[in-house]
Amino acid sequence: MSRFRNVLALAATIAAIHASLAEPLSIILASTTSVEASGLLANILPQFTARTGITVNVVAQGTGKALDTARRGDADLLLVHDPDAEQQFIDEGHGSTRRQIAWNDFIIVGPSADPAHVKGGSDSVAALKAIATSQAPFVSRGDKSGTNAAELRLWKIAGQTPDVLSKEKWYRDIGGGMGQALNAASAMDAYTLSDRGTWLSFNNKGSLIVSIEGDPRLLNRYDVIELNPGKHASAKLATAKVFADWLVSPEGQQAIGAYQVNGQKLFNPSAGSPK
Amino acid sequence: MQDFLDIVALSISVSLAATAVATAISLPIGTALAVFPFRGRRSVIVLINAFFGLPPVVVGLVLYLVLSRSGPLGFLALLFTPTAMVIAQTILAIPIIAALVHRASERAWARYGDELTSDGATRLQAVPQILMIIRADLVTAVLAGFGRTVSEVGAVILVGGNIRGLTRTMTTAIALQTSQGDLALALALGAVLVGISISISATVFALAGRARSAGSDEA
Repeated sequence: MSRFRNVLALAATIAAIHASLAEPLSIILASTTSVEASGLLANILPQFTARTGITVNVVAQGTGKALDTARRGDADLLLVHDPDAEQQFIDEGHGSTRRQIAWNDFIIVGPSADPAHVKGGSDSVAALKAIATSQAPFVSRGDKSGTNAAELRLWKIAGQTPDVLSKEKWYRDIGGGMGQALNAASAMDAYTLSDRGTWLSFNNKGSLIVSIEGDPRLLNRYDVIELNPGKHASAKLATAKVFADWLVSPEGQQAIGAYQVNGQKLFNPSAGSPK
Repeated sequence: MQDFLDIVALSISVSLAATAVATAISLPIGTALAVFPFRGRRSVIVLINAFFGLPPVVVGLVLYLVLSRSGPLGFLALLFTPTAMVIAQTILAIPIIAALVHRASERAWARYGDELTSDGATRLQAVPQILMIIRADLVTAVLAGFGRTVSEVGAVILVGGNIRGLTRTMTTAIALQTSQGDLALALALGAVLVGISISISATVFALAGRARSAGSDEA
């Protein structure tokens, strides 16, 4: 019994040392891969940290996994992009405030040889139908991310369900992040749905080009979600709120809008007028 | 560049810490398994050897659930910290070091066991001498443990979260750079990792060689 107490004492000591070593003001932000992979957060976080002294530790996951991480209490704040899954998260009582910080759009990218003959169009649903008819390879994220959810919504409008799609040889569910999906599409000369931010900052495009863009159904919204103190008492909610407030503040919005890759703006700040 | 150096430094320090803890735990276990007979010893040995091939991603997942805020050790707030990565790598290194130490101890015990206990010394008193005899093998065991920890990605990416400046190691950075299509940068980091592995292996050979020649002097 005393041994057990010793073990507990040791654990408590380790925890205390650990806590004293940890930075006094830091939060865990569970975010979608796209805001990390596109370089946005790496670009704007130094500004925020310089102003407030708060370090934001970003765990980049797909939206589905990020929401789960927060559900388990392992994150202090969320930055995600799947309206339906976010609503469910809030309905479950995990989230309190949800605010849109920016938008951009999804695009369908594909091989320049364009086996499904969809290049240059703007109707995403017609394009998916053409891809299915021609059985041209299509890469799906398959990881419950925001982009994966958007893709499945579009397939549904095009009359295809995940059950049917998963049996098709040309439909390749890779179960990975956006970058992995683009790498796979590039290697297999396949089509895939991508967020524009990751696409623009991706460096291994090979023969991939933008096939479809400009469809209103391809709107991609990014929301910051604060957690419900009733369910997540141990989270650093006050510190997290400072960052959430900064993202929608004029300064944060300006920082988001100023981020460019190769002269192209990746995110349109929209806290003032949510899309 | 600073990022790069931070990543290399974190990788090496996390893996060194894990190897040190794993060694402290594995040395007594490995030797005890050779020196002290007890019921179930055979099963423990089989188990340790089986855990040689413990999949890092499974270790990562289990540890993730244990360290999660909603898990049994959630109150320690260790998830997504370097400490969590050290714990994960320690678990991965223990079977390797313990199994290698056990094999060497078993050989030494078979050869010198009677001699070491002939003058009334207990088995416990023989343990330090066994460790002394197998010191060359200990170096190999410890460096094999280090090699395992520094090269794995599955466990640290789960419990560390690949947070820039906090828990991003060489292997998780390689995974990230690959996913961003920065294959050249990923390859450069990979080259550093391979360089470290080669240095480890070279050190093992040098030390083992020196121990061998020292042994022949005694004989």
